Order: sequence, then structure tokens, then C-alpha cells
Amino acid sequence: MSDFIQSLDPRIVRLQVREDQPFEPKEAGDQWETYEVFHQAKTGARLIHVGSLHAPSPDLALVFAKEQYGRRSTTTDMWVVRTADIFTLHRQDIDMFETAQEKLHREPQGYMEVRKYIEEFKKRQQQEGTSDGSEAGSH
Amino acid sequence: MYGGGYIPGSASPQEAPKEDPEKLAEFEEKINRGEKIEPHDWMPYEYRRQLIRMIEQHAHSEIIGALPEGTWITRAPGFKRKLALMAKVQDEVGHAQLLYSAAETLGKSREQMINDLLSGKSKYSNVFNYPAKTWADAAIIAWLVDAGAIINQTTNSKGSYGPYCRALERICWEESFHLRYGYDTVVALATGTKKQRQMVQDALNRWWRPIMHFFGPPDKISVHTEKLVRWKVKLATNDEMRQQFLNMYVPKIRELGLEIPDPILHKDPETGKWIYSDPDWDEFFRVINGNGPCNKERLAVRKKAEMMGQWVRRALRNPRQQYVTPLA
Repeated sequence: MSDFIQSLDPRIVRLQVREDQPFEPKEAGDQWETYEVFHQAKTGARLIHVGSLHAPSPDLALVFAKEQYGRRSTTTDMWVVRTADIFTLHRQDIDMFETAQEKLHREPQGYMEVRKYIEEFKKRQQQEGTSDGSEAGSH
Repeated sequence: MYGGGYIPGSASPQEAPKEDPEKLAEFEEKINRGEKIEPHDWMPYEYRRQLIRMIEQHAHSEIIGALPEGTWITRAPGFKRKLALMAKVQDEVGHAQLLYSAAETLGKSREQMINDLLSGKSKYSNVFNYPAKTWADAAIIAWLVDAGAIINQTTNSKGSYGPYCRALERICWEESFHLRYGYDTVVALATGTKKQRQMVQDALNRWWRPIMHFFGPPDKISVHTEKLVRWKVKLATNDEMRQQFLNMYVPKIRELGLEIPDPILHKDPETGKWIYSDPDWDEFFRVINGNGPCNKERLAVRKKAEMMGQWVRRALRNPRQQYVTPLA
């Protein structure tokens, strides 16, 4: 009995651990494969990528996701997807977004001059109206 | 929680390749602009090596740190404290999962990291090689060791590596509960009976030195490369973090009428810096090299747990499983 570690922790005493506890190094695959986790904090919100985890199957990935990413605040939905099934851009291709031309034609800021045109138009109309007098006092 | 603290690295690498100067300049400019580096971006060999070492050891510290605190789960005084301590210890193990994933994005598998922990090749925070003798020790750990960890982690969360920053932000958010819980537990003892006050004073006496060690050796003896600061891997020196801790917590400890076991501890009115006794750095190195009171127990317990779970992990393994590194 004296071979076992005498710990302050009663759980460890009950476990009967020796100081020279043997250990077989982990082989590749021991920690299964990886999943990415998406979390929704309230109904109507988007699901947001919150991190990764290791699991042997999608079912267990959801169980682990609940433990890992659902311990705090509220959760209204959770998704997991195998990391291997996600297609991403190559990092060296990310600059394709930088090379795009200015995008004002597809943004509301590209269409902010209407008031100016309307005011100019009104002014012109008024000037035309007073110069030939044709519409003045027409009714 | 246990936010790394200081863990010594191996000597400088022998095989660091010569880096492409153009790519290196681009990488450094990016960090200068405050942008983050993501897993598949180009990065220097030494940046990757240092980050793997740092994040991995941080993860190990979370796993091992669960052991001294777990010691008191079965005997926590009262149902509410038992629930809180279980939640805290579960958080720490969850933090290890987040950190292992962040380290994996740099290309080291989790199997390899756990093997290196259990073979003793890879270190964890020295503070967990000490025993939690009484319930008050668990209280002091939850308050002051977590406080140190939060200082360390908040600092590191401003670093340059995206996955590590994201993991640390989540960890710090969760640890705000640990700190409040720890404070509450210490205050309960410190404002209690004479016996309870003595218990928490004894625990503070035992933990003060390991806590002073927590941030690492003084800057004048710690090898601290300018490059790691430039790459935002290291964001504050050991002494800077220790000073920050003393600034924040010495007044709080003294307010409770507890005595800090360092007769010369005081703030120099001219420099605004704390002066403290030498916390015996020889002991620090002796313990981190395997000769502390609990080093053997900690690793033996982890080995046994891994061996007992081995058949379950094998039984669940899907033969067609395909490991790829986590995305982010």
C-alpha cells in the first residue's frame, strides 16, 4: 500500500496511483478529429463561429460543444461541422478583395446627390417660369 | 485561468532557418499596423516555435491547475461553494481545450502536446507543484493565482496571433467569475472567526512566494528577446506584470487585516515601484525542474487518467476519421 501516492486529495488516494505510473505515448488519432462550433446566443441572431473541439462523431461533437461553448449566458442553437468538410480560401488569395475597384456603385453613399439635383432643377424651373412669364397667374 | 505565468523556454533553437527578408518585412509591417496573424499566413519559424511553446504550456497549466483546486471539491464547505468550485475547475479544463486548439493551428498535434507534458519535456506553471493543504489554500488560489493569471492573460490577449487572442478573450471573460468567487471565499474566512482568520493567514503565508514566482524571474536575469516584443508575442516584462499585481492586490489583502509575509514589502514613494524581498529564485528553478512537493503526483495522476480513458477513446474512434488542424 505504501507504494501508492498519499495525496491530500481523497479522490487520488482512492485511485491508488504509483509515482512510476506507466504511460504509453498517445498514437496519432487518439484525440479523434476536429469540429468547428457555431453558436446562437438569442433567437433571431446569426450563428457565430466560436471555436473548435475534438470529437469522434457529430453527435458527440454536439455534446462536447454544449459543455465547451454553452456553459455561460444563453444558447438558443448550436451547430457543429467537421473541420475537414469546410472549404476556405487560400490565405495568399485573400488579396483579391484588396484589388477590387472602388465600390461606390453598390453602396448607398454612391447615391447621395439627388437632393442637389432636385434643388438645381427647382431653381431652374423657377427661373424659367419668371423669365417668360407664361405660367404666371395662369389660373 | 492560470494564464501561464512564467515558464522557462528551451535554449535558442539550433535549426532556425534564414528567413526570406521580403516576407519577414511584410510580416512585421502587418504586426506594426496592429493586424493579427492567422494560422495559414506566412510567419517566421521562430515566431511559430515560440507561440507553440507558450500556448501549449499555458494549456498544460490549465489541466494541471485543475488538480490542486479539485482537491477541495469533495470537502468544500456548503453546497453553493461546491457548485462554484466544480464550475471553476470545469472552466479550467475547458480553457485547456481552447488553448490546445489554438496551439494546434500552428501545426503541433494534441497527442504530441499531451505526450510532451507527460514525459516531462514540456513544462506547466510552477505554482501548481505546490499542495492545497486546506480549504483556505483553495480560496487563496482562486483569488490571487487567478488574479495573476488574469493580468498575464489580459496582457497576452493584445498579442499578434489571432487564435491565441480569441481564446484568451473568452478565457478572461469566464475568469471574471473565478476572481469574484475567490475574493468572496477569502473574505468569508478573513471576516470570520479567529480560527478562520488564522487559516487564511496560514494559506497566504504558504502561497505568497509561489505567487511572487508566478510572473517569472526578474527582468535582469530573464532572457528576454527584443524580437518577441517586436512580434507582439511578449507584451510586458515579468517585473512589469508583478508590479501591476502588487499595485492591485496588496491594498486589498491589507484591507482584510491579513499580513503579507514579506517584512520589507513597500512602495517606493519616489519611483512608485514596489520593493520586495528576494523570493528565492533558486527554489523556483529547483521546483520547475521536477523537485517540488507535488511534481511527481501531478504527472502520475494525469498519466493514470490518460491510461484509464484509453480504451474508451479507442472504442469510439471512427476508422475513417480524418484529422485536420482546427480552423481558427
